[in-house]
Amino acid sequence: MIAGKTIAVNEEGYLINFSQWDRTIGEELAKEASINLTPSHWNLINYIQGEYKKEIPLTIRRIGKSGVVDIKGLYQLFPMAPLKTATKIAGVPKPASCI
Amino acid sequence: MANHLHNKLNKKEWAITVMDERKNHYYQPGFLFLPFDLYTPEALVQPIQKFIPRDVNFINESIEKIIAGENRVEMANGKSYSYDILIVATGTNIAPEEVEGMHGDEWEKSVFNFYTFEGALALRNKLRDWQGGHLVVHITEMPIKCPVAPLEFAFLADSFFKHKGMREKVNITYVTPLSGAFTKPTATKALEHLLGEKNISIISDFAIERVDNDKKAMIDYGGKEILFDLLVTVPTNKGDKLIERSGLGDELNYVPANKATLQSLQYENIFAIGDAAAIPASKAGSVAHFEAEILTKNILHYIHNEPLTEEFDGHANCFIETGNRRALLIDFNYAHEPVTGTFPFAGLGPLELLKESHMNHLGKIAFKWIYWHMLLKGRHIPFVSGKMQESGKEFV
Repeated sequence: MIAGKTIAVNEEGYLINFSQWDRTIGEELAKEASINLTPSHWNLINYIQGEYKKEIPLTIRRIGKSGVVDIKGLYQLFPMAPLKTATKIAGVPKPASCI
Repeated sequence: MANHLHNKLNKKEWAITVMDERKNHYYQPGFLFLPFDLYTPEALVQPIQKFIPRDVNFINESIEKIIAGENRVEMANGKSYSYDILIVATGTNIAPEEVEGMHGDEWEKSVFNFYTFEGALALRNKLRDWQGGHLVVHITEMPIKCPVAPLEFAFLADSFFKHKGMREKVNITYVTPLSGAFTKPTATKALEHLLGEKNISIISDFAIERVDNDKKAMIDYGGKEILFDLLVTVPTNKGDKLIERSGLGDELNYVPANKATLQSLQYENIFAIGDAAAIPASKAGSVAHFEAEILTKNILHYIHNEPLTEEFDGHANCFIETGNRRALLIDFNYAHEPVTGTFPFAGLGPLELLKESHMNHLGKIAFKWIYWHMLLKGRHIPFVSGKMQESGKEFV
């Protein structure tokens, strides 16, 4: 149960179906990660979701060059493991950039 | 690929040309052992020419640019060659300049890498008379070539200093941007246990921002600081600059390709193999070897206007040296994580998966011979197939 809705998540807490995501779920997941979402957070979440829909794999380096936020800024928004936290809140799968 | 294809193509219709700017071919898995004086530098180098089949042209020059729209390769000396099919195998290189201060005053004084022949040799010279202190083994960012190599380096360092009778003078810390010792959870558990056993501490989720050369410290984006006396880092890995110049790569200069057929996503007559390809497989030598068997068949399909039905499954097979003449063996692909079981024969082995053994170490050592005498010559290793075998393995 997230934000009063039954949502399918995997063992690491990532949403299984992005279609189940909405803003309230994002807010709830952010709370769990002790993050207070500001407009800059939302900009990045929108960007991550856009890339996911275009099936473009996400990496910290790619976000750093996206113009949305630089890497330093990314770590300020999501201090601990930013890509993993941000993708979880955005409701998209954990990036497979680590092989 | 030249060794595979020259036997399969009609010589009246097809000419194969290999272009390489280097004179020498290095046995790259040996770079791990060189710093510990376990291999001599000479054992790791052979002239490339030796491995080019007689009926294959060899152009020992630098390429300036691939002009894919015109099916043409332009050389640095101004010559130009056209092609019907191009296989890109430009590999991956280190790019220490990507991190502020990494390629600074301390480079090859207290900051080393072992991913190049020169780097591994410089590190060997340093380790020969290093008096001890804080050794940090570090991965800058993923993906890197041979993701297990830095772990193996830490294990071998433990064993090296023990044999020198100075282990108590050395603190070893393993620093990674990942959340654990390895990229796959099952193997991570086994490997973290080994790190603990060998008294190697691990710092995970460390995303380096810069190296402070005066302080001898690494600082991450979150402000964490790690001091070192000797830093052995795996710098950012990037594909060849040629790929960037040719407009064929992603932001790390790797060629986006179909992960099953290895065909470029941009040009149908370009294929990418090994580290040069941007696919979600490990950048490991075994991957390139397995891919070669599949790509050979797909090139033949392509020539005959048939669908590219051979599919690479992401198979990787790595020996992980754990020190003291023991090693682990892992086998995995796109779908399956490293598993326990036996290899290559179901139930018989003789190699055991995900378990430390002397037999696995012997396998790793024997691999140098296999590499020079079989892999480069395009010979199939008996009983080891390009696609991962499922029998004899215990899937969770």
